[in-house]
Amino acid sequence: MLQVNDLHVTVEGNEILKGLTLTINAGEVHAIMGPNGAGKSTLSAVIAGKDGYEVTQGTVTFEGKDVLEMEIEERAQAGLLLGFQYPVEIPGVKNIYLLKAALNAQRVARGEGEMPAPEFMKLVKEKLGYMKMDASFLQRAVNEGFSGGEKKRNEILQMLVLQPKLAMLDEIDSGLDIDAMKVVADGVNSLRAQDRAILLVTHYQRLLDYIVPDKVHVLVDGRIVKSGDAELAKQLEANGYEGIEESVA
Amino acid sequence: MSDTQTFLDTLQARSQGYQAEPTWIAARRQAGAARFEALGFPTRRDEEWKYTDVRSIARGNFALADDAEFSPASAAALTLPINAYRLTFVDGVFSAALSDVDSLPSSVQVLPLSKALEENHEAVGGPLGRLTGVEFSPFAALNTAFMEEGAVVRIAPGTVVEKPILLQFLSRAGQPVMCHPRVLVEAGSRSEATLIEHYTGESEATNFTNVVGELMLDRGAILAHYKLQEAPLGDMHVASIHVEQGRDTRYTSYNLSLGGSLVRNDLISDLNGQGAETNFLGLFFGQGRQHVDNHTKVNHNAPLTFSNENYKGILDDRAHGVFNGKVYVKRDSQKIEGYQSNQNLLLSDRAHIDAKPELEIYADDVKCSHGTTTGQLDENAIYVLRTRGIDEATARGLLTLAFAGEVLDKVSLDAIAERVELAVAGKLPERFNLAGLVETAVALND
Repeated sequence: MLQVNDLHVTVEGNEILKGLTLTINAGEVHAIMGPNGAGKSTLSAVIAGKDGYEVTQGTVTFEGKDVLEMEIEERAQAGLLLGFQYPVEIPGVKNIYLLKAALNAQRVARGEGEMPAPEFMKLVKEKLGYMKMDASFLQRAVNEGFSGGEKKRNEILQMLVLQPKLAMLDEIDSGLDIDAMKVVADGVNSLRAQDRAILLVTHYQRLLDYIVPDKVHVLVDGRIVKSGDAELAKQLEANGYEGIEESVA
Repeated sequence: MSDTQTFLDTLQARSQGYQAEPTWIAARRQAGAARFEALGFPTRRDEEWKYTDVRSIARGNFALADDAEFSPASAAALTLPINAYRLTFVDGVFSAALSDVDSLPSSVQVLPLSKALEENHEAVGGPLGRLTGVEFSPFAALNTAFMEEGAVVRIAPGTVVEKPILLQFLSRAGQPVMCHPRVLVEAGSRSEATLIEHYTGESEATNFTNVVGELMLDRGAILAHYKLQEAPLGDMHVASIHVEQGRDTRYTSYNLSLGGSLVRNDLISDLNGQGAETNFLGLFFGQGRQHVDNHTKVNHNAPLTFSNENYKGILDDRAHGVFNGKVYVKRDSQKIEGYQSNQNLLLSDRAHIDAKPELEIYADDVKCSHGTTTGQLDENAIYVLRTRGIDEATARGLLTLAFAGEVLDKVSLDAIAERVELAVAGKLPERFNLAGLVETAVALND
């Protein structure tokens, strides 16, 4: 589904990713772990198309298409969706409108018609319930005045409504208490499907107690230095990244 | 020949038609002409016109229209799809064919000024010019000198006017013409009404409209006043609107300015009775080389009066906006509240705004605030919307409308909100403002 091959990325002249290679197949959940500054967030930002990241070498393809050649919105329309570590407040744009406009933009891009309003409302209500969010959230401006936990839930709500093929979640666990983490994890787990993949970027292992990954990758200094299954995350928890760095060195 | 003289010559040529007028009109016309001759057009040396250059008006050579011919199909395409009592003026000339006030109740009069004068000119003579006299500005003087037509609205005490009253001003393409309409509203005590002034026309038009509005609200009257200015982009538009509010009245102005190459609005409210409340909501949008100037003033002349002003400006390309808002509190007008906010959004590097909020307070027990800000669209928010699959143009439109939201959300007439949305944000996937969301909210509560 997603192929990242020998990806080199610089930010303001500094090389952050130094030859990252990663393959994610449909149906899989991958976790990328690593110390601060290793380039974890850079990977998802480049795939989502954020400004300021220069790809100097390598390729990113999604279902055979060159992602780096696609407009930001085309990536989302193709089914690539990023959940932000720091969700942005958008004053004046109501949550419900964002959901509706985004869903319909994607449907229209795929050649499907806009979803009729009653069907849309039914869908949103169901997903809201799943995320244990009150309907009043829909009428509030996107993330405006939301607590940290509410913002993260809202990111997952968007995922549940938009149903991406590949959901990339950047530090979705940061700033969550244990109850909120469970809700967020339940939401993410409900996305698991044969035709879908999930990429988790996280600093801590604790999220992976709730969302058990198929593959774990350790990212150090711009490269994946080790890959394994969920057990690898537990080793990291026990020994820290330094142990890995030493074993690789 | 001076710019002023061109206009005086046009007046002179027109004056044969004024021979049969009552003497009071002739006297005011002369006073207007004399005042205009003495003042001439304002220049940027005048403090009130510091940011607005009116030479494109002063140097124009505008004829006066003599007929109101307008294709009914074109008029239908331009008109607001609103069920309303309707008076239509074409280049200032009343069009009976495009008007419809047949179903008015007897407690409400909506009639062209010419007809009101014909029926009972003395009843018009008192209020006309009482609020906006010839001394107000050279444009008010010019209007008085050329005063021929306009709308007279009289609402009897206690009357609730069920349908909006729509005054439609159409501008035609062709030889440039000018018109100087009057809008005179007398809202009786405890009456309630919605008045819409709608300026629009053929896109190639290059005319000059110089309107004077006088609105009098008697005790307890409630008036919602929409001014939807979507004149052709070559038109010039000057409006001088004066509101007089008695005790416990509530006036709300929705000043929505989208069209015109050169636009100047003066809006003044006199809060003369306790409990009077005025709300000034404004949204101005400029693109290309449009120039839009809004001057507002609230005079708190009585204690226990309330004003709230919120003006939003959106400027693109090389457009120039001006906001000058003044809140004045008369000596010993205690227990008043006056709030003013102006926010501007610049969509291009070459767009420009001059914003000047002013407070002048001569009482000590008051609550007043004012503020102005100017900024750009949040690029990060645009990015986030695009990562959700929304294309860039729509994302920019959404955020622009979100900026306008605080004002637009209060526009309860959908037909008007839609026009503004379309002009400001382009075509969006669905109604951004209200309608769809209200349905959604209702559906959620089921």
